[in-house]
Amino acid sequence: MKTGFNFAYLDEATKRMIRRKILKAICIPGYQCPFGGREMPLAYGWGTGGIQVTASIIGKQDILKVIDQGADDTTNAVSIKNFFKRVCNIMITDRTAEASLIQTRHRIPETTLNKDQIIVYQVPQPEPLRKLEPKEKETRKLHAYKEYALMHVKLYEEISQFGSVIKTWAYPVETNNRYITDPTPIPKFDNPKMNNMEALQLFGAGREKRIYAIPPYTKVKSLDFDDHPFEIQTWDECCSICGSTKSYLDEIIINNEGKKNFICSDTDFCKSNLEKNK
Amino acid sequence: MYVAVKGGEKAIKSSLKLLEKKRKETGTKSIEINQIKEQLSFAVDRVINEGSLYDKDLSALAIKQSQGDLVEAIFLLRAYRTTLERYAYSTAIDTSKIIIKRRISASFKDIPGGQILGPTFDYSHRLLDFSLMKEDEINSYENINNQEPKNKEFPSVIDYLNNENLLEQEINNLNDNPFDVTRDPMKFPASRDQWMQILARGDEGFLLGLSYSAIRGFGSKGTHPFVGEIKYGIVDIFISPDELGFEICIGEIEISECQMIDQFEGNKNTPPQFTRGYGLTFGYNERKSMAISIVDRALKSEGYGEEIKFPIQDQEFVLYHADNVEAQGFVTHLKLPHYVDFQGELNLIRKLRNEILQGKKL
Repeated sequence: MKTGFNFAYLDEATKRMIRRKILKAICIPGYQCPFGGREMPLAYGWGTGGIQVTASIIGKQDILKVIDQGADDTTNAVSIKNFFKRVCNIMITDRTAEASLIQTRHRIPETTLNKDQIIVYQVPQPEPLRKLEPKEKETRKLHAYKEYALMHVKLYEEISQFGSVIKTWAYPVETNNRYITDPTPIPKFDNPKMNNMEALQLFGAGREKRIYAIPPYTKVKSLDFDDHPFEIQTWDECCSICGSTKSYLDEIIINNEGKKNFICSDTDFCKSNLEKNK
Repeated sequence: MYVAVKGGEKAIKSSLKLLEKKRKETGTKSIEINQIKEQLSFAVDRVINEGSLYDKDLSALAIKQSQGDLVEAIFLLRAYRTTLERYAYSTAIDTSKIIIKRRISASFKDIPGGQILGPTFDYSHRLLDFSLMKEDEINSYENINNQEPKNKEFPSVIDYLNNENLLEQEINNLNDNPFDVTRDPMKFPASRDQWMQILARGDEGFLLGLSYSAIRGFGSKGTHPFVGEIKYGIVDIFISPDELGFEICIGEIEISECQMIDQFEGNKNTPPQFTRGYGLTFGYNERKSMAISIVDRALKSEGYGEEIKFPIQDQEFVLYHADNVEAQGFVTHLKLPHYVDFQGELNLIRKLRNEILQGKKL
């Protein structure tokens, strides 16, 4: 099929430049590596960083899965898949286990990823310290000196004010005992999956022009205190479709009286779980 | 294995059809690209600037395709330019060698070469011209005898102030490897070549508002800058390929240039002197070139050792937020589903409320 564009849209020189940055990022786990991000035909903030990373590493044999909020069929995930279908003509799947490359926004699949897979995160704001210090010039210094008091004080203040850390998504982690890293807006429920993950984790921030990486089998620790250990979200309810009590649940309002149901956010997991239980 | 085709897919297809329908449903005559190019030339010029691609035909096409949403048109042009190969960097243009269409100075009553008003809305009365409601073919216009000077030299007016050292020298430190905002990630402290490129393709509204804030009171010393010179005309573009070893002209472009004169109080080492702000745009974008020149001067504050206390002086504030392709993308991404994150917040706020309502001590 002729697409009228180079395979995966970007020209080969650009892809090589991005792959070099990815290699550098892998060598320094959690370090935000600046790269010459390009304009893409999809809007900034809608996954251009992830798309550029995916476009640079994707090959003709790859099987791509794209999720948004855990679901394969949300409009933006569909739109990104359509883009890659148009410019790569590659295989697309919903099955986490079948995919060699998974691009995600705001979730890590419930199914454990393996060493033959790569997960690409879309990153809105790569800098975990940005809300505490708006200046890039300053935050780069803070990382260089491993000066993370700002973040620890922030978490401490939350505990003293609310009794616990109130960050529920984009909960900061420390990568490989060195860099504080933004896990992207995944729920803190997903943070433990990042630790010692067999798959390579790549992070692309298009607007901010940063790439970072967590190599396979790397220690990723969610920040906490000895007397206030890190906890993930739990629900009293189970998934109303597959009955899972172990997955992250979305809340659905089902009538005008505000009656609610809970269902798995990971649509592929929910489907597989339902089939398994039949 | 199967290809995911679900609800989202169908919805997107229908949405695109509805968008197309919106353009076509009343069955009016399709606008020709040439009509947009010639009769909506200011819109075309805005799009080539912020889309940072000097191609008026594609700009007109983008305006047509985006149904007049200029930010969307700019985005279309940007996404197209990203696929183009970069063959060469041009040498710096010389704006004193210009086919002039307009040139004014507000600082001097008369200037060598003369003040040339040219085409401008400045002295039009902003009254709706109802005769345009039903205009017949545009086949005649009053040919005015405008004695356009051709291919003359128009050296920069404000350089006359140099004779007395009243104006800061603009040091000619042309870098062989200029910053390339389309290739290099932002870095701070930013260099002037970096910020000039960002301003040239920055959002006109944002820059206009910023420059207004500075001259209204949220700028250094609240001083009033002076327009040293504004030019609008056509200049040649040269490249100097390594294998040739000399410059060749590859075409011409329209530009708008503004040289703004601003004050500087001086400090221990430097006596008081006028300083410069500079603005350059593709096409006829005079208002924007003026805004850029004011922002440029403000961004130079740090270099003069002036106190940084207003948004316009803050490099990161100005440069990170001037690009409307980035800005519109990130603002509109809020439309994307966030139910996973929102669920986290819901879960937390219920927990916090329960603890408080049950009188649990923090």
